[in-house]
Amino acid sequence: MSWPSAVPLLALLVEPGAGAGRMMNPHLVDFAIIAIYFAMVLGIGFYLKNYAQSGKDFFLAGREMTAWVAGLSFVSANLGTLELMGWAGSAYQYGVLAAHWYWVGAIPAMLFLGIVMMPFYYISKTHSVPGYLQLRFGKPTSALSAASFAVMTILMSGVNMFAMAKVMQVMLGWNLNFSIWMSSLTVGIYVTMGGLFSAIFNEVVQFFLIWFGALLIPILGLIETGGWSGMVARIHQNFPGQDFTHLWSNLGHFSDNPMGIHWTGIIFGLGMTLSFGYWTTDFLVVQRVLSAKNLRAAKMAPVIGAFFKMAVPFIIILPGLLGLAVLPFHLVPESVATAGQHTYNDVLPLMLARYCGPGLLGLGITALLAGFMSGMAGNVSAFATVWTYDLYRPFVRKNATDAHYVAMGRWCTIIGLLVSIGAAYVVIQFASIMDYVQALFSFFIAPLFGTVILGMLWKRITGSGAFWGLLAGTVSSVSMFTLVKLDPSKLAIIALSANAKDLAADMYRGLWSWLICLIVTVLVSLMTEPDPNQDYEGLVYGATPLPSEGDLPLLKRPIFWAGVALAVFLVLQWIFW
Amino acid sequence: MGEKRQMLPVWFFIGLNLFIYGVIIFASGLYEFSRPTDTVLASLHAPVWWGGIMVVVGGAYVIKFRPKSRT
Repeated sequence: MSWPSAVPLLALLVEPGAGAGRMMNPHLVDFAIIAIYFAMVLGIGFYLKNYAQSGKDFFLAGREMTAWVAGLSFVSANLGTLELMGWAGSAYQYGVLAAHWYWVGAIPAMLFLGIVMMPFYYISKTHSVPGYLQLRFGKPTSALSAASFAVMTILMSGVNMFAMAKVMQVMLGWNLNFSIWMSSLTVGIYVTMGGLFSAIFNEVVQFFLIWFGALLIPILGLIETGGWSGMVARIHQNFPGQDFTHLWSNLGHFSDNPMGIHWTGIIFGLGMTLSFGYWTTDFLVVQRVLSAKNLRAAKMAPVIGAFFKMAVPFIIILPGLLGLAVLPFHLVPESVATAGQHTYNDVLPLMLARYCGPGLLGLGITALLAGFMSGMAGNVSAFATVWTYDLYRPFVRKNATDAHYVAMGRWCTIIGLLVSIGAAYVVIQFASIMDYVQALFSFFIAPLFGTVILGMLWKRITGSGAFWGLLAGTVSSVSMFTLVKLDPSKLAIIALSANAKDLAADMYRGLWSWLICLIVTVLVSLMTEPDPNQDYEGLVYGATPLPSEGDLPLLKRPIFWAGVALAVFLVLQWIFW
Repeated sequence: MGEKRQMLPVWFFIGLNLFIYGVIIFASGLYEFSRPTDTVLASLHAPVWWGGIMVVVGGAYVIKFRPKSRT
């Protein structure tokens, strides 16, 4: 007798002919675990329905979340499909360099958000990042930002769905359409009912699921390889002459590392531009922090998130490295994969199947599903807020009741999901899933950071300057991307090296578009007059009285914990130098 | 409009979820003693101790954050 089989159940779901080649063979117990997860998220949605009645409840979770809940949700909103699968795949492709996206590419920006920018977002009582831009610069800049965010969010959500359905097909042989519609329906139900409450609750639940579902892989992997040094020895044996295990020491020249990037790209492109753009102005993540119950909680949330973010490479990057060490075959890019070959993005499921039997396998699959669905929920809840408050209210119906806007938010959730489903079906595959998303980020996010930070720090920046700067940055980014696609030889100009891989090119494109945004914003601002009626209080540094934290004990001050996080971050750089 | 009822903390749901999963995984680990799987390092019986950890963590959260009746 063997383990109870799930074949009868699978027969209802599988893609004809796909079963034989699938990576995993789940049993009934695994399906029970998956089913319990779906029941749980729907149950939470039903439970929270009664608590999401007003606009403040539905769009900002009542602004009553503790620092811990907001902080975990803040990190978890970023732990979707692309994080789990894409970065494990990137770790296999680029080695520990991929950890830069979790450390230098996240921690300084998260701490900056908490300590420097959060007071302005929170004190201005904005409901969104475009909402802040409207208060600071007026409708045109806000509308441009809101419209670009809405497009990006829907595309991201479509990418999420497509990736999830594809993974489920490869791992379990599930039908593509079944995966897309099942997950969309579930997310649609629980977000429509509970709004941001539901999204945040499920993100925090998902955070724990991901840790419990994924942490066993590095633990068992390190046991198998005999620890870190054993793993490194095996990687050198499998890939002689290649350096996969250093963060900084191989960034002196473009050709010294598997990513084809120079340290300037990592520091200035990733560390100073894209990461600040993403973590401080992407409304999907900032919305989580805006749900905090007071300013101190809002400042602490990103700091708490930073500690957990630093730990995430142990469950995502490390499995990718372990894949280099223990898998008996080499994975290949999707662009060159032939039938029967596994790609970089398969590394996490392959490692899961390697170590996890019935039960644990179900937990791992559920963790992946939870990541997929919470990423989707994050996108649609942010989309619903930005559409309702930043596009519909100012441009379509100005003075409707709060109940009307809540109803609009619920409809937007459904419509947003339907559009995402459409996007999922037309998503074009790139060499690595993550590369595509990085391209999207650099189109919109890097210039937006330039606009927001200038607006927060300098009163002289005018609405016209902000609008034209943001537009110039975004258009330049799209133009550079298109130029390289049409003529790959231009990569050597934009990314400073013909060896640059997609991720490296994104870094430099983000950097240039940010600089273009800054220059155009400043020049146009200096040529135009500021609005004489503009009230800067709560919006600009120097015009906003910030509450003192001097009366708080040291251990309760966000600045103290930000310092601790920064110290841990520096130690990690030193360890993996 | 009536006052909202006190909302259950998210930690309670997390505890419940981990506890249920822990029980299932622990039980499947015990079953593996009689029906071994062919995964790498199966001899370590990870489901037993991992499921046990989940039961303990989940149980602690459920107890600490369980709904309390109003007095």
